[in-house]
Amino acid sequence: MHITADRERCVGAAQCVLAAPAVFDQDEEGLVAPLTVDPAGADGPAVRQAVHLCPSSALRIDEE
Amino acid sequence: MTETLDHDIPSFPMARACPMHPPAEYRELRGREPVSRVRMPDGQVAWLVTKHELARKLLADPRVSADRLHPAFPGRLTAEQRAATERVRRLSTRRSMIHLDGAEHGAHRKILTGEFSLRRIAALRPRVQEIVDRTIDEMLAAPQPADLVEHVSQAVPSLVICELLGVPHEQRRDFHEWAGMLVSRSVSIRERAAASDALNDFLEDLVTEKERGEPTDDLIGRLIARNRQTPVMTHDEIVGTAVMLLIAGHQTTANMISLGVVALLENPEHKARIAADPALLSPAIEEMLRYFSVVENAPARVATEDIEIGGVTIRKDEGIVVSGLAADWDDEVFEHPDRLDFERGARHHVAFGYGVHQCLGQNLARVELEVVFETLLRRVPGLSLAVPAEELPYKDDAGIYGIYRVPVNC
Ligand code: SF4
Repeated sequence: MHITADRERCVGAAQCVLAAPAVFDQDEEGLVAPLTVDPAGADGPAVRQAVHLCPSSALRIDEE
Repeated sequence: MTETLDHDIPSFPMARACPMHPPAEYRELRGREPVSRVRMPDGQVAWLVTKHELARKLLADPRVSADRLHPAFPGRLTAEQRAATERVRRLSTRRSMIHLDGAEHGAHRKILTGEFSLRRIAALRPRVQEIVDRTIDEMLAAPQPADLVEHVSQAVPSLVICELLGVPHEQRRDFHEWAGMLVSRSVSIRERAAASDALNDFLEDLVTEKERGEPTDDLIGRLIARNRQTPVMTHDEIVGTAVMLLIAGHQTTANMISLGVVALLENPEHKARIAADPALLSPAIEEMLRYFSVVENAPARVATEDIEIGGVTIRKDEGIVVSGLAADWDDEVFEHPDRLDFERGARHHVAFGYGVHQCLGQNLARVELEVVFETLLRRVPGLSLAVPAEELPYKDDAGIYGIYRVPVNC
């Protein structure tokens, strides 16, 4: 699983951080700053939920 | 699309049979015609969206505009009300990001996102706790029954927004009073207009003062400083942003507090479970946000192109009302939506909207709700309604759903 986070689209609602705090963080500007772009398998469901919750479609995952 | 005869078009908003449940028509419409036509109070016809999936789709669609000044933008006022409240409207039509689209919206939003990051909001929590403790002290000291709305529901968000915007302490009382008058049913339109003007002038002065002096360490001060580095907003837009933050953060949270407390008092088993297990508080709040979705028709839009959705074609320049409440009671997404179920995992509700306009202050709202519910349950375990819940004055006539007064004994 590989994550792409588009900071241009991000609107800083932090839904991703709430859903998957081990994978996503926010920077000073409040924009998404992934802690890792290749999360461990165990984070899969939380990451998928983050993608589903993100209001601005800023997150994408490529399953490998 | 089949031709709809004019007299067949139902009026919006629709009436509720039970104050705690959405209008029954939503359910029927969702099954039959999830994007359907409704007549707004001013006589204009708009589209009403009642299905969760379609609501999310439309709110995330770049072909819809949030421009409130567009003639087809669905409003909740009749033509006469609109004329009578022209001055009140001035307060809400000043330019701020909730009215803007595309890149312009993005720039306005981005200059603010840092202020609402989880870290920033977490740092604010001790101040929120102090505010909540003080408002509860005042409620406990007041003659019984005391009004929860006046003492807690309205006071907490108003004081928190003062803190955030950097309203000096001496002026908070006035600020709080004006903000309360804007939403009170017992003041005349004239008084409300006066309060609105006072607030507008107040924020105008506050911004001007902060622009003149050394940068202050509060949201407006930092916004001004950032805006100097990379100019995005005019002076007027900074004032508009302050007004928007005040309005958006005020009524929504206030009404959620009132409705949430009533829901807990009416469901003692739920109340006992949260009191015993604080970890349940956060999912319980998501469920309450879903259940009440107080911002009934704020997610209104205008199509900027023809959009095919839900079996119909929304034409360019037609108004759209995306009812978050209808969407959040979609039983394909939330099984038995009429059950308050704290463990359902309701986070995908659209109570804060969806798409690029999704509420910027949502995590501040979550913290305020958490602190209020937790503190009330802990400090006032004997809290009870002084009148039956069915007899409370519900805001059937307001754009944001809620309750006007909640007399309680503590
Ligand atoms: S959920 Fe989406 S919009 Fe919100 S912070 Fe994360 S990436 Fe940004």
